[in-house]
Amino acid sequence: MTAFTINGSAVDVAAEPDTPLLWVIRDELKLTGTKFGCGIAMCGACTVHVDGEPMRSCQTQLQDVAGRQVTTIEGLSPDASHPLQKAWIVEQVPQCGYCQSGQIMQAAALLASNPQPSREQIIEHMDGNICRCGTYGRIISAIERAAQEA
Amino acid sequence: MTAKSGLQATALSRRSFLVTVGGAGIAVAFGGLPSVALGAETAPVAIGGFAPNVWVTISADGTVSIICPASEMGQGVMTSLPLLIAEDMDADWNKVRVIQAPSDAEKYGNPGFYGIQLTGGSETMRGYYQLLRLVGAQTRKVILAIAASRLDVPTGELTTEPNRVVHSASGRSLDYGEIAAAGELPDPLPEATEADLKPVDRCRYIGRSDIGRIDVPAKVDGTARFGIDVELPDMLYGTVLRAPVPGEQPESIDDVAARAVKGITHIIRLSHGVGIIGESYDAARRAKEALNVTWSTSSRVRRYDSALLAETYRDLGRDLDQPGVAAHTQGDAASAIASATRIVSADYVSDHVHHATMEPMNATALVSGGTVEVWAPTQGPTATLGFAANAAGTTPDKVKVHTTLLGGGFGRRAEADFIIDAVLLAREVQGQPVKVIWSREDDVQHGKYRPLAAQHVQVGLDEGGNIVGWRHRVVADSIFARTMPDMFAGDGGLDTVVTDGTIFNYRVPAHLVEFIRQDNGRDVGFWRAVGYGQNNFGVECMIDEVAAAKGVDPVAFRVELLAEAPRARKVIEAVAEMAEWNREREGRALGLAYTDAFDAHCAQVAEVSLNRESGEIRVHNIWCVVDPGVAVQPVNIEAQVAGAIVHGASHALYEQINIVDGEVQETNFDTYRVMRMSEMPEIHVRVTPTPENKPAGIGEVGLPPTGPAIANAVARLTGGVRLRHYPFLPERVKAALDG
Repeated sequence: MTAFTINGSAVDVAAEPDTPLLWVIRDELKLTGTKFGCGIAMCGACTVHVDGEPMRSCQTQLQDVAGRQVTTIEGLSPDASHPLQKAWIVEQVPQCGYCQSGQIMQAAALLASNPQPSREQIIEHMDGNICRCGTYGRIISAIERAAQEA
Repeated sequence: MTAKSGLQATALSRRSFLVTVGGAGIAVAFGGLPSVALGAETAPVAIGGFAPNVWVTISADGTVSIICPASEMGQGVMTSLPLLIAEDMDADWNKVRVIQAPSDAEKYGNPGFYGIQLTGGSETMRGYYQLLRLVGAQTRKVILAIAASRLDVPTGELTTEPNRVVHSASGRSLDYGEIAAAGELPDPLPEATEADLKPVDRCRYIGRSDIGRIDVPAKVDGTARFGIDVELPDMLYGTVLRAPVPGEQPESIDDVAARAVKGITHIIRLSHGVGIIGESYDAARRAKEALNVTWSTSSRVRRYDSALLAETYRDLGRDLDQPGVAAHTQGDAASAIASATRIVSADYVSDHVHHATMEPMNATALVSGGTVEVWAPTQGPTATLGFAANAAGTTPDKVKVHTTLLGGGFGRRAEADFIIDAVLLAREVQGQPVKVIWSREDDVQHGKYRPLAAQHVQVGLDEGGNIVGWRHRVVADSIFARTMPDMFAGDGGLDTVVTDGTIFNYRVPAHLVEFIRQDNGRDVGFWRAVGYGQNNFGVECMIDEVAAAKGVDPVAFRVELLAEAPRARKVIEAVAEMAEWNREREGRALGLAYTDAFDAHCAQVAEVSLNRESGEIRVHNIWCVVDPGVAVQPVNIEAQVAGAIVHGASHALYEQINIVDGEVQETNFDTYRVMRMSEMPEIHVRVTPTPENKPAGIGEVGLPPTGPAIANAVARLTGGVRLRHYPFLPERVKAALDG
């Protein structure tokens, strides 16, 4: 059994210790907001926070988070009230929306460490997250808006 | 090991994007919704019992449930289609709940697209627009008739406000909920005609910039449910190890190690691979890796070599003795060109490209005896009935399809291979649902790629430099031969979706388009914009090549050829102005391209620079003007076009599937490169509606012109070096520069 905290709740998971955290979150804990995109940490769709740091959960093993705090999109804010989530709506960022949980989690880690990022810092920080619908422009606008309004 | 997200995780394998960071800036034309004052929501089932037609249900509390007949894959139809009904019935958009339609073509088929439920071809808004507005108008007439009877006044004295019927003369009014509570439908039901529709300039919702997409809130808090998120009681998880080459079968399966994986329940031999079922996806994934399969080696696809075929197709295009099927014949272009003073000709090749939807292929199925239930992110609910029935050994009437949200479609989810997988596996376990998920490697290597295509374009000019004939030969495998065999046969072997974009509104005295079909055994499929995506490359580059041969400005040349197409002319002139076409740039140049795909008019200007050492192109800006006809959701139109420009630039610069001995060489996003944020040009989209025209399809039209605009810009930057092979890889650019 591996014990850790997810979105503030303690959990104890029986899956194999080398199971990718992604599949623990999705299939064991039924938190499906975290998405499977590539399985090799190339797209960012599975991004969660581990002790506040953005991590690709597809390449993070269950045993790596033992005793640690994991936050998923469902736990980012109690009622979708995180400044980024509000900005994402105002800017109408999502198209298909599949990558957006990962985009928001990646962006939230940026604002947590750098509340007023420059455009170049935003692009550098977000460049590992692919959006096939091409919503990049609105993602940048939403991050800038959230930074201003936070 | 623990992988840190962000650049650390990917830096080693993606040096190229690291070095370009900092050069990009991205602009959006609109500044966010002024307010999201109005917001409908989604709901699983219709609320209430008052149903004037199969599309609308009104409850006693005034909730208006409206069916969305099409698949939401990011293009916004879950908002824009119900909005049409809400408009003409005068529903209160805040009280609208959108219900995803079941697979029922009789009720919900697209009248403009073979009467079926198939979301594709940019046919959704175009096909449903009139019908859904009439449904709205008819619903309003039903409501008015009931209100007239309740208030005992003539219908003509009544007006409507959102969700309310008003009798001004007496100051009385009735809420739609009150009318629904009465529940009496007039007999016969009133009919609606076009005369009952509101003029566009008096519409309440159509054209508004402050109505958000209803699917957006759930897509920012993790509650949106895509196909891969389907959860059912007692559900099992499956995956399929597919034959490395299409057409091969497993000859021997060593599954000892796979069966030993904890949680594995079934290993199944399939005609195209080996199915694995287990209690978790992780177990199925592990077992798949542990399988040891010997495959047959008899498939003709083993001879498929995409690089060699590209050369072969180019040669076939050039060889005018190779006959093709005529896709378009206006005048006698061949003779006109034969007697021309000067001939400009070129070959344009486009490699296979993959959809790479962010949500990998997946589907969930439950087979119980002779009945089948499917939950799938599908563009084709109608076709799914037949495919699922076949796979389960039953008939389509025994199949029920639940269309989930789609994490991208782009044509890939018009296919049924992932659904068939789920049904085949669920059939094996009976009575227990099975969710099948493809790995990203499966998704990339077993795609239905856009056809490899070569185009030979010949233009004849007379002594005065006027075009006398235009001949366009498209060499490619056929999509319709597989997906629409009856139509393909009925059209005499013509594949109109592969030749789309060759027939244009430039005025030329003679025009011939030929399709030279190839068949090398590998499935090819619909990829965003399909034929337009490849053929606009040929047309728009050739226009520039002819302009250059004549020594005239390519914008002025287009305007001259479009004297009879004012909408085309206007977007070209507008985008040229936006981009400051005549302003010289240090180290950069502009190129323009235009398309009339899907009834829209879209012109783009690309601004590029070039690293002559490395051959790398940098696209700095794309300016775009698009005339969508009626702009139903203008903020979404801007998003669709901007997104398609990213897609178009990505495929023109980076994307290619290489097939060697029948095996796809790319595996994942490390080898199938798609555009990232730092590689984005600044994109400036201006939407210029023409409300007197019907709405155009808008999800794809932004894609075709981006590539030719880039190629035309590179030619103008380099004194005429033409890039004629998608994608414009650095080594190809360098080869072109070296002549």
